[in-house]
Amino acid sequence: MRLEVILPIFIPLIAGTLSVVVWRSTFYQRWIAVLGTAALLASGLWLLSAVRAEGHVVMQMGNWQAPFGITIVADTLSAVMAVLTGLMGLVVAIYSLGSIPASHERFGYYPLMHLLLAGVAGSFLTGDLFNLYVWFEVMLLASFALLTLGGERAQMEGAIKYVTLNLFSSAIFLSSIGLMYGMVGTLNMADIADKLSEVEHTGMVNVLAVMFMVAFGIKAAAFPLFFWLPASYHTPRVAVSALFAGLLTKVGIYALYRMFTLIFNGDVAYTHTILLWSAGFTMVTGVLGAAAQFEFRRILAFHSVSQIGYMILGLALYTPLALIGGLFYVIHHSLVKTCLFLISGLVYRLTGTYELKELGEVYRHRPGIAILFLIAALSLAGIPPLSGFFAKFIIVRAGLEIGAYTLTGIALAVGLLTLFSMIKIWAEVFWKAAPEGMDMERLKAPVNDSHGRFMLTGIGILIAGILLLGFWGQPVIELFEVMAEQLMNPEGYIEAVLGGEQ
Amino acid sequence: MEHLMAYIIGILFGSAVYMMLRRSIVKLVIGLMILSNAANLLIFTVAGMTRGAPPLIAEGALMPEGAVADPLPQALVLTAIVIAFGVLAFAVVLIHRAYEVVGNDDLDQMKDTDT
Repeated sequence: MRLEVILPIFIPLIAGTLSVVVWRSTFYQRWIAVLGTAALLASGLWLLSAVRAEGHVVMQMGNWQAPFGITIVADTLSAVMAVLTGLMGLVVAIYSLGSIPASHERFGYYPLMHLLLAGVAGSFLTGDLFNLYVWFEVMLLASFALLTLGGERAQMEGAIKYVTLNLFSSAIFLSSIGLMYGMVGTLNMADIADKLSEVEHTGMVNVLAVMFMVAFGIKAAAFPLFFWLPASYHTPRVAVSALFAGLLTKVGIYALYRMFTLIFNGDVAYTHTILLWSAGFTMVTGVLGAAAQFEFRRILAFHSVSQIGYMILGLALYTPLALIGGLFYVIHHSLVKTCLFLISGLVYRLTGTYELKELGEVYRHRPGIAILFLIAALSLAGIPPLSGFFAKFIIVRAGLEIGAYTLTGIALAVGLLTLFSMIKIWAEVFWKAAPEGMDMERLKAPVNDSHGRFMLTGIGILIAGILLLGFWGQPVIELFEVMAEQLMNPEGYIEAVLGGEQ
Repeated sequence: MEHLMAYIIGILFGSAVYMMLRRSIVKLVIGLMILSNAANLLIFTVAGMTRGAPPLIAEGALMPEGAVADPLPQALVLTAIVIAFGVLAFAVVLIHRAYEVVGNDDLDQMKDTDT
């Protein structure tokens, strides 16, 4: 029984259940939201310290031996992602206190948020392929409900695309699991990795690899499977968008990293070349799509696609340095993109619109918010010394080291276009003279209520995280070196799951 | 039997994709239903079909005698059916709400959020 590895799943489930118990009292639900996510963050940190001490923390559910029962296992990657889940949950919970309208709170916003976090944490920690599918569905169902909470027309239209493509991805994932079971007769990921090398039909293994790639590619919003994301991410409340941008696509990325380092590492020349080109096209289409937008949240949503490309590029290059870069990018992007979404919500609160054309002069009246935006936006574009610079630098260096000059060039050019998109928001929202018809009284009026403070606290935590990653990145990079080492040598993982605790 | 099932699954997948490509959101959901059934049948078939041999162990024995059916895929399919039921129930409510809000069941009328 290893409590630390199961707690990140257990805590949000309990918190969600408690929130349902106190359904009529939004006061208690709010407290449970903050305390529950704080406890989730604490349990993630506990797991991380345990993993740093031991390498892998394994728990066999119900004490069934490894290939037969369900394994919950954490290596450094899983533990770091669990910490990230807790951090995002806490930030969004605090922000939600000030931004989610009472009608949403009464319709179960907080229980759904906990359920989503449980699904995400479960996906990060499970060591069983079918269990991964189940956690995906838990997460999806919660995200469906959060996406449609409010029931506006845009939400319905976005949700239909989101639901359809994600269910399609689930069906492909499920079919791939079935085919995998038919081929190796096991669902434990470590056991699959062990037995897949003995399979004679290497062609069939590659077919399965591509099927998993499509299934997780849809979840991660990789080219050419990302179309649900720009159609839906900007439609719900901004706290929900921020949570989705910070965590949901990262689950797809995590699954890709897990599958294509642990299981499908036999024919790297074939599988990782597909990933490489997918990464290139994802970066380019995402950033061009964002450049064409003139709405605050749409730019941010479309932009997520291009950043997903960098993360997949890290996996596709498949060297230790590239994995460090890709995973550093995952953490950096979660912080930055969530932060930008939250700032867009704050600007909306002050001005009542997301349209760039109807905004202006925010810098003159609210310089503090403008500076916060600038820190996050420049970090996203990769300006030193902020976190984005180190993330891009490591990936670019890894690309140059193995001579992938085309893709490295694309990555650098996309960085420039990212800067363009961010400067566009800066110039339109914060810098230019206010257009006619903008409600200046609302912008100038002092904000002293608790709502604004909750929103600023959430943003402040993320800004602190971005600055820490940039100025104090050395310990983080050292941690990621251990992580990449574990991913490149999956024998340790297999040994820990199959050989341990018997 | 496996060959017959293979054809059936293929036809189900094909018709599911065809239905999902139609413009009506009702047909879209019907397509999703067929798709989840096709995936379930695929698991059931790929894992090997054994007829009339339940995985029961005789009293006093430690292992079942002879070849028995693998119970795991059935457990997987059962889980997948329950999940698909929940998700599709949501999808049906969603298209109902979307129909009420948009006033049309044509996907071509739902392009406001696209870019």
